[in-house]
Amino acid sequence: MHFSKGAVPEDYLVYIRRKYFWIIGGLLLLFALLVYSISVGAVAIPPQEVLQTLMGESISTRWDSIIWNIRLPQALAAIVAGAGLSVAGVVMQSILRNPIASPFTLGISNAGAFGAAFSLVVLGTGKLQSTVANAIIINNPYLTTIVAFLFCLLATGVILLISRIRGASPEVMVLAGVALSSLFTAGTMFLQYFADDTQLAAVVFWTFGDVGRVNWLELEIMTTIVLLAIIFFIANRWNYNAIDAGDETAKGLGVNVERIRLIGMVVAALVSAAIVAFVGVIGFVGLICPHMVRRVIGDDQRYLIPGSILFGGVLLLASDTAARLIISPYVLPVSVLTAFMGAPAFIYLLLKGYKQ
Amino acid sequence: MILSVEELEFLYRNRKVLHEIAFSIEKGEVVAILGPNGVGKTTLLKCLNRILRPKGGAVHLDGNNLFDLGTMEIARLIGYVPQRVETGRLTAFDAVLLGRRPHIKWDITEKDLRIVDSVFRLLSMEKLRLAYIDEMSGGELQKVAIARSLVQEPKILLLDEPTSSLDLRNQVEILAIIRQIVLEHGIAAIMTMHDLNQALRYADRFILLKEGKIHAHGGAEVITPEVIEEVYGLPVIIGEIAGMRCVIPGSPEVALAHNP
Repeated sequence: MHFSKGAVPEDYLVYIRRKYFWIIGGLLLLFALLVYSISVGAVAIPPQEVLQTLMGESISTRWDSIIWNIRLPQALAAIVAGAGLSVAGVVMQSILRNPIASPFTLGISNAGAFGAAFSLVVLGTGKLQSTVANAIIINNPYLTTIVAFLFCLLATGVILLISRIRGASPEVMVLAGVALSSLFTAGTMFLQYFADDTQLAAVVFWTFGDVGRVNWLELEIMTTIVLLAIIFFIANRWNYNAIDAGDETAKGLGVNVERIRLIGMVVAALVSAAIVAFVGVIGFVGLICPHMVRRVIGDDQRYLIPGSILFGGVLLLASDTAARLIISPYVLPVSVLTAFMGAPAFIYLLLKGYKQ
Repeated sequence: MILSVEELEFLYRNRKVLHEIAFSIEKGEVVAILGPNGVGKTTLLKCLNRILRPKGGAVHLDGNNLFDLGTMEIARLIGYVPQRVETGRLTAFDAVLLGRRPHIKWDITEKDLRIVDSVFRLLSMEKLRLAYIDEMSGGELQKVAIARSLVQEPKILLLDEPTSSLDLRNQVEILAIIRQIVLEHGIAAIMTMHDLNQALRYADRFILLKEGKIHAHGGAEVITPEVIEEVYGLPVIIGEIAGMRCVIPGSPEVALAHNP
């Protein structure tokens, strides 16, 4: 069977070009926001000088120290965590064929939080510092991440098992997520009850998702994991498109649905774990971002994945910037703000009916 | 001979769903798989392209043993149109482009776009190119699904009840398209069906399943009142209207009672 009469339709190319404009627009917005985010705060730095400092020019040692040690790592952490949570959410929504899947709604974030608390309290990988700016330090970021990851995997395994036994209906999976969330929250509370003062403070502080606490090393680990996962997800974009068309269509197209689903969930859990382990629990970004991007760019994973990555970065960076300014000079953890924004958005999604 | 099936057997939880299934198909043929609900028609289709794994038997396509091939290789030989197609915020062109998945390495090429375009022309769907599939009617969606299976450039098309959710006009249109493509491109199509009249009109050969086995198999001559009653457990009358054979449920006495 051969088809050779066709031409590349011009109207389709125009349509595709429009998607690229959105993505390039998102990239520019992200960069502008990055400069703005660095320029505002307790000490205002003119955007021009932020740019010059970022380019490597030394305007003043004070600017250097504020930008390189405090604001840039925080802004980059917001971008990386937002992008990672958002891409994990969009992939989970696809492979579980469930529009309300995300690391947070499926209980994976809370499982990671429990794992990190377990590591901090029982394995003693964290302690309290006396400085306010950096009140908690994770002594052994690798071990904390690994333990958080193991618990994320455990939650993922339970979700996959439930979806196998009961069928992956949105209701069953979200209820399973609620159950897992409360189980792991209870576990975290149990650990807190038996922790000493120092450990308790570490865990409580830790559960507030906050991108201001990462140092450059932690940022590098987190970025590496998120970047590798993004490459993996983009390489699988056609497989996710096929699964979106239905399991049977996907299988008819030669896609090994079960394997793609399993590996995709494990990678998404790894991303969630890396982010939870370093910045704590930040809810709703992974759920809401992909849906906002869907409105604009559609459901085609070729554009939805890059769009969600960019917009996840934009949303969390904007939220974090707002959280720093909203009750200045006090700085709000960004997770408080995303929860305030995310909960109404989630309810809106439920009311609207969760058609993808 | 393009496809031959030998002694196919499929078990579900140790229960024999299909057994002793053997038949062969020539190029240019449309084959209808008939039988009551739950007899294993869909299961048989899915065993042919290994969406389900048969317990025993062999399927040969153009001399290749399908059970030796990988899933992507099979998808380059067999197109599959399932009963249920999911929609999303996606243009028809993109939805059909997905059918190139078995041929895509890293990304689509210009050739892929040209093939999709020519299938849109073939099915006279040019106007639907940029329509969103989540706003489409059942008939349009079914055409998209068929187009998607055609851009796989398959040697065989498998269609699971291609007309079950369509109105009369769309049923006729879809079946006529399948008939025409099979003839023009020298491929073959196997479809499961419920409507015996549509099957008689558009299929060349018939496979009637009963209790997981082939009860009757052959050309239009195998469709007799006796065979239909044995398979469906219902008496029927077969007559001719305007030169076309038709199957009507009921016994001759019932028919007489209604038309004294």
